[in-house]
Amino acid sequence: MKTILTGVSALALTASMAFAQSTITIGDQLEPPYLDPTAGAAGAIDNVVYANIYEGLTRFASDGSIIPGLAASWDISDDGLTYTFHLHDGVKFHDGSDMTASDVVWSLNRARAEDSTNAQKGLFAGIADVSAPDDTTVVVTLDAPNGGFLFNMAWGDAVILNEGDDIEALKTHPNGTGAFMFENWVQGDSITITRNDNYWGTPAKLEGATFKYISDPTAAFAAMMAGDVDAFPVFPAPENLPQFDADPRFNVIIGSTEGETILSTNNAMPPLDNPKVREAVSHAIDRNAIIDGAMFGYGTPIGSHFAPHHPAYIDLTGESAYDPDLARSLLAEAGFPDGFTTTLKLPPPAYARRGGEIIAAQLRAVGIETEVTNLEWADWLEQVFHGGDYGFTIVSHTEPMDFGIYANPDYYFHYDSPEYQALMEKLTAETDPAVRTELMQDAQRMLAADDVNGFLFELAKTGVANAKVMGLWENAPTQATDLTAVYWAE
Amino acid sequence: MLIYILKRLLSLGLSLVAASVVIFLAIEVMPGDAAQIMLGINASPDAVEALRQELGLNLSIYARYLSWVGGLLSGDFGVSYTYRVPVTEMIGDRVWLSFPMAIYALVLSTLIAFPIGIIAAAKRGSWADWLVMGGTQLGVAIPNFWFAMLAVQLLAIKYHWFSAGGFPGWENPFLAIRALTLPAFVLALPQASILARVMRSSLLDTLSEDFMRTARAKGNTRRQALVKHALRNAMIPVLTILGLQFSFLLAGAIIVEKIFFLPGIGSLIFTAISQRDLIVVESVVMLLVFAVILVTFVVDITYAVVDPRLRRKAR
Amino acid sequence: MMRAFKMPGFLIGFILAGIFVLAAAVSFFWTPDAVDTVDIVNKLHVPDAKNWFGTDHFGRDIFSMIMVGARTSIAVAIVAVGIGMGLGVPLGLAAAARKGSILDEVIMRTNDLIFAFPALLIAIMITAAFGASAVNAIIAIGIFNIPVFARLSRGAALSLWTRDFVLAARVAGKSPAHISFEHILPNILNLLIVQGTIQFSLGILAEAALSYVGLGAQPPTPSWGRMLAESQTMVSFAPHLALFPGMAIVLTVLGLNLMGDALRDLFDPKIRRDRA
Repeated sequence: MKTILTGVSALALTASMAFAQSTITIGDQLEPPYLDPTAGAAGAIDNVVYANIYEGLTRFASDGSIIPGLAASWDISDDGLTYTFHLHDGVKFHDGSDMTASDVVWSLNRARAEDSTNAQKGLFAGIADVSAPDDTTVVVTLDAPNGGFLFNMAWGDAVILNEGDDIEALKTHPNGTGAFMFENWVQGDSITITRNDNYWGTPAKLEGATFKYISDPTAAFAAMMAGDVDAFPVFPAPENLPQFDADPRFNVIIGSTEGETILSTNNAMPPLDNPKVREAVSHAIDRNAIIDGAMFGYGTPIGSHFAPHHPAYIDLTGESAYDPDLARSLLAEAGFPDGFTTTLKLPPPAYARRGGEIIAAQLRAVGIETEVTNLEWADWLEQVFHGGDYGFTIVSHTEPMDFGIYANPDYYFHYDSPEYQALMEKLTAETDPAVRTELMQDAQRMLAADDVNGFLFELAKTGVANAKVMGLWENAPTQATDLTAVYWAE
Repeated sequence: MLIYILKRLLSLGLSLVAASVVIFLAIEVMPGDAAQIMLGINASPDAVEALRQELGLNLSIYARYLSWVGGLLSGDFGVSYTYRVPVTEMIGDRVWLSFPMAIYALVLSTLIAFPIGIIAAAKRGSWADWLVMGGTQLGVAIPNFWFAMLAVQLLAIKYHWFSAGGFPGWENPFLAIRALTLPAFVLALPQASILARVMRSSLLDTLSEDFMRTARAKGNTRRQALVKHALRNAMIPVLTILGLQFSFLLAGAIIVEKIFFLPGIGSLIFTAISQRDLIVVESVVMLLVFAVILVTFVVDITYAVVDPRLRRKAR
Repeated sequence: MMRAFKMPGFLIGFILAGIFVLAAAVSFFWTPDAVDTVDIVNKLHVPDAKNWFGTDHFGRDIFSMIMVGARTSIAVAIVAVGIGMGLGVPLGLAAAARKGSILDEVIMRTNDLIFAFPALLIAIMITAAFGASAVNAIIAIGIFNIPVFARLSRGAALSLWTRDFVLAARVAGKSPAHISFEHILPNILNLLIVQGTIQFSLGILAEAALSYVGLGAQPPTPSWGRMLAESQTMVSFAPHLALFPGMAIVLTVLGLNLMGDALRDLFDPKIRRDRA
């Protein structure tokens, strides 16, 4: 039986330290529709509440590792089926009520229930039973060993809510256990949070924070330059980063994200259902031109759906190297010597709009004509994601370790491979890290060999902050703006 | 007079009803399911259906129209699909930006246009006249978003004279005015150009009238005649334009608010459309159209009061 | 018409607008460089002998893009004015011919209704409902043009209906439709040309604004407004990206306005006398 003990880095907090500034204004592009991370998939929700307002049993650290959250420690049975979580003592929700094991049981049961609206229901799929022997102990039993269970519990979708809270009310007035409490929301403009002085753990150094929503990249640039915003953790215009870098007032923070940016391909739509055609498309795309042209150099080329900073990553970009002549001959082999016409539907982010124009030109060069349509997210969801009415689209898939989506034939790629589905089943059941790594590498090779999508690049986390702001996350292992350790340097 | 006002009121009412039907139908054909968007991409169909029920999206088109109009009449604009807060509240916050900005722009436009229009008329044919005429031609030809881009680049980012965008709220009126100055100026520029030209030609028209010659004959200097008599008579067409410009300013504000990321009515429309928050789109568009119709009505009535001849002539 | 060329305003305007019409026409056969290929290696070059206006963020030649963009602007504006005239003028003439009738009332009230919708609002709603495209931009701008021409032609026609030559035609038993097109239309043509020129320039501005907010012509079709929108984050380090498309809009609109003003002076003897 192995025991993982709490490794809370005891940061000495000198209460007497007088900060020149005790609040921060964070810029973000997308405003969340509501503030309950267990009720929707919008990453913008987690950008506000993750780690700040709501906490789960475990949580992500900036480097992507899983560290204890509300659970101070846990024991895993030898057969890998039973997880016993030991909760922190004296944790209170923002409304003053105690956080006990029964809240955890209720939260997990709610998330895995038949009628659950949790966007990541899959995270809870293997749970057979959740029980609370006493107020600070939770026992979770699984159907089968799951090597990723602690990872699953760290997601924003797995945070612990107060048993019996009015779920509708939580959407606008979240009630969590975190170091910050919700204060105010000016819809369409900003959200304010304030320090929780009754926090169970290390208190936040900031007295409060404001999330300001600025969707326009130019406006974001102006707001940073004018000092209206102190930090933009994901700055939308990479072309402006050199200017910030050259300015001593600012720090540019480049890190990794979990965003595999891909030319999503409708594998069910002729002629894209033909593997030869998809292979031709892969070779027609010049990744480096896209990274340079759309992201101004920020981004790492990928050859499959897997994050390069993960230990199990293998570089498969060579499999689909840029070779327009090969692409043309592959098209001819597939029976399209004169190319064909399909659609390219682009959601709003710059990587998609700019990348789309570049890809359209590259595809045109080998004879594939694309009708480009720019869509708002709402239309994109309806037409592409749900309707499947598209040939190509460009999206960054930002969930960590999300290669499992390829095992779902109904997902909008419409990739239906029994071999891949079997591989994923094997991976879920496997707990041995070495074997898991091998299986994940097989998965990467399979996706690359089938050219399911055009694999472009791993999105970089391009953040900008006032040079005096310290403690922001460098990487983005999950969508979050963790402010618990942020402070102003003297 | 009373009959005229009543007739205009009736027509005002009919216009509003017609406008509401047009807006409602236009929004109806918009693609996108608000319930789906609210719940996110992975929501189960049952949850979406339940929400549609709750929002009343399953009712017949007539029922929805009537409930919307009924709500408008009783001051209840409904609840935003996306944010779950009353639309009235959302509009209320933003009106306090858009409305002062439009007024500010109107004032700026007048302050710019009147003096240069008068100078151009008084010194017709001089270099000052040519300068004004050329400048105003440019003023109407420059797209306001381009002008705004350059102005922000130079005055806000490079020299920090003005704020580059955003709105700090009215708690500090000085900061609020400072934040609205550049947007209002951008908004005012084309209107000021048009107004200056109207001012000039209207003054020139008046100056050639008989009573001006009488005024000069009575011993007034050219300047006295201009200020005392011509200006007053030249104001009628100028005020007309000023009234009409209000609607242009409201529409122009949509783009200007986008450029300066001001949380006003215009940016509310853009966000609401992209989020398929149809109830907000409907209500805000209706509000803007109502404002335009109302201003037109007031202008018409003012005319009728000022100039009784118009009452008979008016359609 | 030749008299117009003796007016300096008209001449300057004609040259300015003419340059862009010419550029648009030439772009069908030839541009210095392709506008639908990207050349990332050569992105953001400042103007030089090869790329007169520099290159954009995809390495495309801005001069070539402005030429092709002129095509988009002019096409959208002309068709929109065409819609406005094609529908507005007959409606206005019909309203004048049946002055005071239900028809007149319906046409004029509908006009008022369209006027109550700020033009940009119509455009945003149309494009939101049917998607962003050059065609929908044309329709949106066109709709706004209808009441302009309807009002103008009704007003002008009304004053002509009391004139002797119209009375003569009525006495001769000609139908109102016949009179409207045979006798009235030719006499209001001058006014329509002046207004058409002005609406044309407004159309170019409107197309630019719509493209700027992403509701006009879609990529890869170059458009001045979109060029400006795309350059916005780069103005601070590559000002040429915003300078040239902006200048193109300003000069075209300026040219058309100068022409319109000169023509108005020419056709309206009262103003000509005043300004002489």
